[in-house]
Order: sequence, then structure tokens, then C-alpha cells
Amino acid sequence: MLRIIISRLTQGILVIFCLLAITFVLIRLMPGDPFTGEKSHAAHIIEKNRENFSLDKPIPIQFGVYLTKLTQGDMGDSPTREQKVSTIIKHSFPASLILGICSMIVAICIGIPAGVIAALKKNSLIDYGTMVIAMIGISIPSFVIGPLLASYVAMNVPLLKVAGWGDPFDWILPSITLGAMTGAYIARITRGGMLEVINQDYIRTAKAKGVSQFNLIFKHAIRGGIIPAVAYVGPAFAMLLTGSFVVETIFQIPGMGQHFVTATKDRDYFLLQGVVLLFGTLIVLANLAADIALVLLNPRLREA
Amino acid sequence: MRLAFILSPVLLMPFLSSCDKESPIDKYTEKKILIVGNSNEPAGLDPQIVTGVIESNIITSLFEGLCVQHPSDSGGSMPGAAARWDANEDFTEWTFHLQKNGKWSDGMPVTTADFLFAYERILSPDFAAKYSSMLYYIKNGEKFNKGELKDFSEVGVKAIDDYTLKIFLRAPIPFLPHLTKHYTWYPVPKHTVLAHGTMTERNTYWTAPESMVSNGPFKLETWKFNDRIEVIRNPHYWDADTVKLNAIRYLPIGNKYTEARMFFNDQMHVTERLAPEMIGYCRDRYPREFRQEVYLGCDFIRFNMTLEKFKDVRVRKALSLAIDRQLIIDKVTKGGEEPAQGIVSPMGEYKTAGIAKHNAELASQLIAEAGYSDGNKLKFTLLTTDRDGAKTYAEAFQDMWQKILPVEVSIEQREWKSYQDMMSKLGYEMTTGGWIGDYPDPTTFLDMWKKGDGNNRTGWHSEEYEKLLGKAELATDPAERIRLLRQAETLFLNEHPIVPIYWHTSVYLLHDSVKNWHPLPLRNQPYKFIDLKK
Amino acid sequence: MPTEKNAAKDVIKGQSLWSDAWLRLKKNHMAVISMAVLALIFLLCFILPAIGNFNAPEDPAVRAAEHWFKNPNYQNLNNTFAPPSGHHWLGTDQSGRDLFSRLLYGGQISLLVGLVATTISVIVGVAYGAIAGYSSERTDSLMMRIVDILYGLPFLVLVILFSLLISEHMKELSEFLINDWKWESVFVNKYANLIPLFIAIGALGWLTMARVARAQVMNIKKQDFIEAAVSLGLKKSTILTRHILPNMIGPMIVYTTLTVPSFILTEATLSYLGVGVQSPNSSWGILLQEGSRYMETNARLLIVPSIVFSLTLFALNFLGDGLRDALDPKASKD
Repeated sequence: MLRIIISRLTQGILVIFCLLAITFVLIRLMPGDPFTGEKSHAAHIIEKNRENFSLDKPIPIQFGVYLTKLTQGDMGDSPTREQKVSTIIKHSFPASLILGICSMIVAICIGIPAGVIAALKKNSLIDYGTMVIAMIGISIPSFVIGPLLASYVAMNVPLLKVAGWGDPFDWILPSITLGAMTGAYIARITRGGMLEVINQDYIRTAKAKGVSQFNLIFKHAIRGGIIPAVAYVGPAFAMLLTGSFVVETIFQIPGMGQHFVTATKDRDYFLLQGVVLLFGTLIVLANLAADIALVLLNPRLREA
Repeated sequence: MRLAFILSPVLLMPFLSSCDKESPIDKYTEKKILIVGNSNEPAGLDPQIVTGVIESNIITSLFEGLCVQHPSDSGGSMPGAAARWDANEDFTEWTFHLQKNGKWSDGMPVTTADFLFAYERILSPDFAAKYSSMLYYIKNGEKFNKGELKDFSEVGVKAIDDYTLKIFLRAPIPFLPHLTKHYTWYPVPKHTVLAHGTMTERNTYWTAPESMVSNGPFKLETWKFNDRIEVIRNPHYWDADTVKLNAIRYLPIGNKYTEARMFFNDQMHVTERLAPEMIGYCRDRYPREFRQEVYLGCDFIRFNMTLEKFKDVRVRKALSLAIDRQLIIDKVTKGGEEPAQGIVSPMGEYKTAGIAKHNAELASQLIAEAGYSDGNKLKFTLLTTDRDGAKTYAEAFQDMWQKILPVEVSIEQREWKSYQDMMSKLGYEMTTGGWIGDYPDPTTFLDMWKKGDGNNRTGWHSEEYEKLLGKAELATDPAERIRLLRQAETLFLNEHPIVPIYWHTSVYLLHDSVKNWHPLPLRNQPYKFIDLKK
Repeated sequence: MPTEKNAAKDVIKGQSLWSDAWLRLKKNHMAVISMAVLALIFLLCFILPAIGNFNAPEDPAVRAAEHWFKNPNYQNLNNTFAPPSGHHWLGTDQSGRDLFSRLLYGGQISLLVGLVATTISVIVGVAYGAIAGYSSERTDSLMMRIVDILYGLPFLVLVILFSLLISEHMKELSEFLINDWKWESVFVNKYANLIPLFIAIGALGWLTMARVARAQVMNIKKQDFIEAAVSLGLKKSTILTRHILPNMIGPMIVYTTLTVPSFILTEATLSYLGVGVQSPNSSWGILLQEGSRYMETNARLLIVPSIVFSLTLFALNFLGDGLRDALDPKASKD
């Protein structure tokens, strides 16, 4: 087990490095740069600005400069904001983390029970009913659900604000909006997984042996049934942390998801590199956690 | 079932707490904290680095220039960092007498040294300030900025003593007080900036809340990225007694619908703008809070004048005449804007020549004369951005042109930076665009069309035009100057390198507890006079 | 002996796996309803416009006034936000365009995006994931690390770059098709804009598909019947194609039917960000995004596309369920 973890971590570092390098090159290929703007400026001014951020040097040298600064813990300065990239990320990460965790909780609380119930009562009204509700999350885009919740729920419930990120009550609506989609996927995948497992021979054997319904589900079936869901949770969590742009703009949340979009649009190279770095690290860790969970759940995967 | 029963008190809690009748915004009004929607996270707070309106809104509360905008008279200037000022006969030499009790927020006095430092900083070629051109009016300012002059003492700013500043201009500029209200002309604390690095060093972060020092009615308290910026009362401000507000909180809300909702939900005092779709709705439901005011800006369509197909002025004129501007304003932008007959927005005594109009028959006639017909259609692409409503706007033009004229228009949508890039490189055929004025003088709309100006982006230029502008600059008689500028504008419009569409309005919601907030065409209400009263 | 006589009379027809599955599917009421709904939607989106365009007047203004099927791009700024009437069955939108025809044409694009991008991502993803799952640990690690890298690249950057890169080539290709092969320019231009989008969306989607496929393969390959096949000396590729893949069909179909709507959603989000479907095309995503702006003022513009959108997605999901149930070799007979 330990061997696997260490080898995966080393691979992870390699992955992050490649990710950073490729991103570095790709974003410099896009037209425009941080200084292309609405009000045009004299050439010598643009030149000096580019020089300040080493953008006039060849790309490999720029990358070298960036890496050296990185090893000293400096993620660079943002060309479009008067802030250090590390400050920006430090300020936006907590909000994203909270939003991600709450959304995941919502998603799991909706998804897994719904999937299990639907599988057990397959083809009954309960099955269809549960799945219809679960499907809402992926049949209506978040940029529709969010404003609907904000306009019709938050406006009429005094403690809930329409937007903003001040007290814990503000976490509720955004988490529901963001979690609904993931929850729908988890419900479907869990239902599919559970159905696969229920029809397997070893469950039949256990039933024939007289194991109680409760034990049948929660001790035997679930271990196999939620495998596909677990495979999904790892990357899903990372996606939640960084794909929350729409929810962040609708509910005015100072999170990290929006940086992916605004930094791309503003050509803020250093901020984009910073968030990609963070995202890459999260993905590697999330995948590792998911794989460990898979092995724990399915003893057959543990090789001698 | 049982679960629902257990959960119900928790679910009901938010409803039960509605016993508190005071809305959130009333609490802020009581504490005299103004909550302002400010569209986006600012690019920074250093007056010599930034270039936008978003930053300007915050900087004008933190810093103070020589003059301050009068709260209700758009043409009026009040004493700011300068207590009084005077000019020589032909407006080429100005003397500003600074407030004797002017202080920075750390207690240090505001002196001419700070102004000289600031002007040298923004004009230094090493500093590469993007908006240094705002100070080119100063004698030798442009030369120094372009590196042709190395000695700053030859630039036209002189400190007679600690509290007397003399400015020498390259030409008569009667509207210099207006220019000094712009943040590029603000002073910066020499001692603070130098404590964090050299004069021209970048990324020194002296504007961070821990170290920022400013001379305006407020000072920086909090700067949470993408969350809020909060400024609180500056006790050292020379006119602190006039200031009524205790603090201002700026919220960078990009999504206009979210902002509107927050206003409806009593979470803020002023929105930055309203989305066109919400305008009618707000006008009906919030008549007291609804504001629609003239804003100094013009939206137009650019022609790429280097292309063969647009060389014939009849083609350009036809495309301009075919547009029903009022219909676009009524149905697409909906902000009660005014159809633009020229490019310079209405200001003061200046009246633009009425060139751009709607005349479908004349348009068809002209384009037929130019040789186009149903069998030989004029084909071109209209470039536009991905911003809210840009597509509907562009499609409306496409439709109007295709209905009246023998043309085939395709729309190319690009995201913002790609769009800017294409425009700068003249990689488009026709494009939507616009310009917001920086100060209330016609030159803010006319100077950009000179040859080689980065904001021109049409490939058009005219020696005659630039001659007229040059003459206007040297004119000492204000009436003569206006006449020359109008002549220049008429020449410009008759050549049709652009098609003016509408003059902007500023449409927003203002809570009725905000007092002393008057309509101003640059939307630069001075915060020191604003008050909050229920 | 009656049974023997009957036995001789009825030749027992062998039943293949697929006809078995079809029988089971027909018994699933929701699946049948879903198939009907999807068929109806396909008919509406693809066949109805063709019928409507047949013999329609050329002039869009005349067409708008007289013909029953309107041109979806015809604007009429004097008739914006019109409520449903005999003339405009679902009313008009913010530019005076007929909502019904926009809905149908938009559906064409959305469904096309969903299907094409899903096909790309399924083929690539399953192949990649299955190979990774069944290979040695080193190969598997390498392949999955590549997936991790691709996963981490900023999606928006890729979409922008792809679109720009491919638009250049598409321009050349379109000109070639229009001038040399004499294809209709309207047709070519309409679909030329979509290809970069298909590729960009498909290029992200296959990653998750690969992960799931790999997890499935790794689960199956440990089962006894696979070990039996290995010990029989069967080639790796044979085991993969004849034994592992058929057992994966169930979850893969479920996941595929999940993917089509998710891609349609992705397209909607990209349109929201301004890099999705471009003019003159419109899609359900664009209709939803535009409609959500009118939520307080003209809810009809949001409600109608939302209902059609959700209905399609629900149908796709229930059909997927039905297929899964029908194709599962171990499904019980009750």
C-alpha cells in the first residue's frame, strides 16, 4: 500500500510539471497579451510593461525564470492586478474549499441514497420518482437554477441572502446549485452500480444463505455497488473546486473557479499558471484518494 | 418520514427569524456605510498605473487632486488639494496654491514635492505608465515620456515653495481644472512610495491596506480580492468635517442580474449599471430608485479603411443612413440613449453637426450608385465581442442592413482580448466599438483619430483634420476654439470612417437614502459630499 | 403422447442476445415512452423544418407574414416579445424572431453537438480506458498520468485555441467546398462553425469516460471467468474484446446516455461564456442563456426551452436505464 502511494506521488509531481509546462506554452499562444486593452498605449510603454514581466524573452527562458521563482515560493505577480498571485489564491481558496465541501456533501446526500433506493425499488413509481428529482440537477443548467433559487427562494426567506459570502447561511443556496448536478450523476451511477451488484451471483448466494435484507444491502451489495460512484467522486471534487465559475458569479462568491475564466480572458498568464498548478495538485491528490478507496473497497484489487 | 419530522424545525428556522423588520441596508444607512456596486475587481489602486473607470471610482474616494468635482454642476470645480488657483491671460501658465493644512492619512503634510514626484513618476519612461498621455498637456511632458528629454527639471511643473505649484502647458488649456480631477493628475505620498522601492519600481505593493497612505476623504481599510474593498474615514483629511459618510464598501459584482437582485433584496445602495433587459422592469417597479442620466460616451461602428471595398465614401454613407438608430435604442439597448448625430457627446455649449441620420431611400440610392445590386451584393463581416447583449446588438444591424441594402453580413463573435487584438491589428472588416470620454471637452473624442494614435484603429487619417485640431489647440478665444473643433468634427463625420450610433446614458438604481447624489455626465460624484439618511 | 407431437411440430427458434434484450426493453414502460418522446423530438427538429422549408417563399418578410413555418433568423424589432398566437405558435423573442422555429433549429444543433461529441468521446475513451485497465501496471500508470495532465489543462484555454486554430483551416476548407465542390454556402457555413466545438467538447469528455472504463475493466478482470480465459491461453486482445467488453456494455451504456446531456449542457455553458455556438447558429443552450436573462420580465422565453430541454434529457436517461436493464445478461426474469 505504502509503495503504491509513494510511486503515485512521484508520478504526480511529474504530471504537475508537464501540466505546468504545457499550460505555460499554450496560454502564450493565444492572441493578445495582458496589455492588449480597450485604450491603446504607445509602443514603448507596452514594451516596458512586457519587459517587467519577462514576456519579451524566449519562452524556455521565461519558464526557467518562473520555475526558479516558484522554488522560492513566489508564484509571480499578476500583470493585470496589483497583487501577488499567491495573495490572490490564498484569499480565494478558502471560499472555494468550503463551497466544494458543502456541494459534495449535498451531492452525496442526494445521490447515494437516491441511487440505492431507486435500485432496490427498480421499475416502480419510487424508482421513477426518485430519478426524476435527481435528474433535475443535470437537466437544467446551473445558470438557470441559480438565479431561480436566488430570485424566488432567497428573496422570500429573510435569513438567506441573494448573493454574497458573509455568514454560513450564504453557503446553502450555492451549494445546492453546484451540488445538484454532481448529485444527479452520483445518483445515476450508484443506481447503475447497485443494480449490477444486486444481480450478481454472490448476492444471490448470500440471500439464499438467509442474510437479512439490511445486511444484504449495507454489508455486501454496497461495497461493490458504489465503486463507480467512488471512481467519480475524486475528480468530481476537483472539478467542483474549480468549475464553479457560474455559481460564483451568480452568488458573488470570492472563490477560485472564476479565476480560470477571468485569467484566461484577461490573459493574466501568471494567475492562470498559479491556479492550474493548484488544480493539478488537487487532481493528483483526489485521484490518489479515489484509487486508494477503490482498493479498500474491492479486496480483489490488492495484488500480492 | 421520520427524518422530515426531525428536520422540520431546522428548515423552518430561516422563516421564523423574520421577526426582525429592519432590512440589512437600513443597518448600513444608520452606520453611514455606503455600499456601492463596482462591476469588477479593480486592476489596482495606484493612480499612476490604472486606466479604468472601476479603479477611478475607488481612487477618487482615497485620493484628492488639485480640484474636486462640484457635486451638482458638471462644469464646476471646487477646491481640493489646492485651495485656489489662477491662470495667466492665455491659459498657458497656471498657479495652484495648496491647502496649508493638507495632510496624508498618516499625518504627513501634502506638499508640492508630492505632486512633482507623482508627475515625474507617471511621465518616466522607465515606469511605463499606460495613461501617461493624460499629462502630455504639460510642456515637454511628451518628450520626457518618450525619452527624448532626460532632465525632468525641463518639464513644465515647478515648485515655487512647499505650497505653491506652477504648471506650464504646451498650449492654451482653459479646462485644466477639469483635467486635474482625473486620477492621473493625483499626488502620491512620496515618502510611502519610496519606502517600498524606487520611484519607477513596479510591484512594490505600497497600495496594500497595511501600507497605503492617501490624501482624500477616506483611507483604505480592507482589500479582499473579488470580495470587497472597504475605505473608512480619513481623520487627517483637511476637510474632514464636511465628510458625512463613515465608510464606503465597494462590491465587485460582475453579473448585472446578481447586482440587480442584490439591490432588490436590500443589500446595496447603488448599482453600477442595469442590464438592458431589466431596464423596463426596474423603471416600473422602482420608479423612485431608477436613474437614467446622460453619460459621456459614444457607441459607433468602425470601418477598416484600408480595405478596398470600403474606399467609396458612398458605401460608407449608405451603411450609415440605413440604420434606424431610434429603433435600436428602443428595442435593443433600451437605456433611453440618444441617437448620435456625431461623435462628440453633448457637452456644455458644444453642439455637434447633425450628420448621422436615418434615410433608407437615400441609402439604397447611394449604394446603387456605388455599383452594388441584388446580383452583386456587398459582402462583409461585422466583428463583435462576447459581452452581454453584444450579439443581439450586432444581429440588429445585420438585419437592418440586409433588409434595406444589397448586402450580405456575417457576424464574427470573439472573446474580449481576441476582439481587442483584431481591432488593433486591423484584422477586421467592420466592428462595433465605442469610446467613453475622460474629461468634459470635445478633444477627448476628437484627439484619438489622429494618425498613429493607438485608439484610432480604423486606418483613417487626414492632414486637414490634424491641422484643424492643431489650430484649435492654439486658439486663445474659447468661441473660436469651439468653432474650429466643430469644423474638425464635421470633416471627420463627412468622411465616415465610423458610423456613430448612440450617445450613452448611465442607467442604474440608487437607494433613496443616499443624499447629495446628483447626475453628472462622467458619473464621478464626489464622495465627500454624499450622505446617508433614512 | 401429446408433448412429443407438439415438440415435433414447433421448431424451437433460437433467441439471440439482442432479440432477448429487445423483448425486455419493450416491457419497460418508461423506456418505451422515452423512445417515443425522443422520436417525436427528432421528428420535430429535423423533419419538420425540412417540410416547412419546402416550397416556402424566398423573401423572409413575405414568409414571416404568410407561411406557417418561419425563418428562425428573421428579426422584426417592431414585434418583440409577442405572446403566442396563431401566427407565432410560441410567440417571439427579444428580437422579434419566431420562438417555435428557433426552438427547432436550436434543437438540431444541440442534439448534433451531443451526439457527435459523445461518439468521439466514447470511441476514444473506452478504447483508451480498456487498454489502460488491462495493461501492465507501468503502461496503465503512464496512460492514466497522461489523462491527469490533459484533465488539468485549463479547458477554456483549449476551447479558445482550438476554435481559433480550426477556424482558420475551416475557412479554407469551406471556401474549397463552396468553390470547388459547389456545396451550398449556407449549409457549409452553418456547420463549419460547429466542428471546432465538437472537437473541443469531445476532447474533454473522453477523459472521464476513460477513467470509468478503466475502473470497470479493472473490476472485471479480477473475476474468475477471466482468469479461466487466461489460463486457457487466449490472446489478450481476444479476452478484451470477447469477454471483458461485452460485460462492460451495461455501465458503459448508462454512462453514455449520461454523457449526451452533459455535453449539451457543456455547450450551453460555453455559450454562456461566449465561446460556444456562434452566430448565425443558435442552440438550446443559447436559448436557455438568453431566456434566463428575461426570467423576471418574460419568463416564457426561459420556460419553453427549459421544458423541451429537460424533457429530452429525461427521455435520454430513462432510455439509457431501459437499455441497461435490457442488456444485462444476468437480469432476473421477474
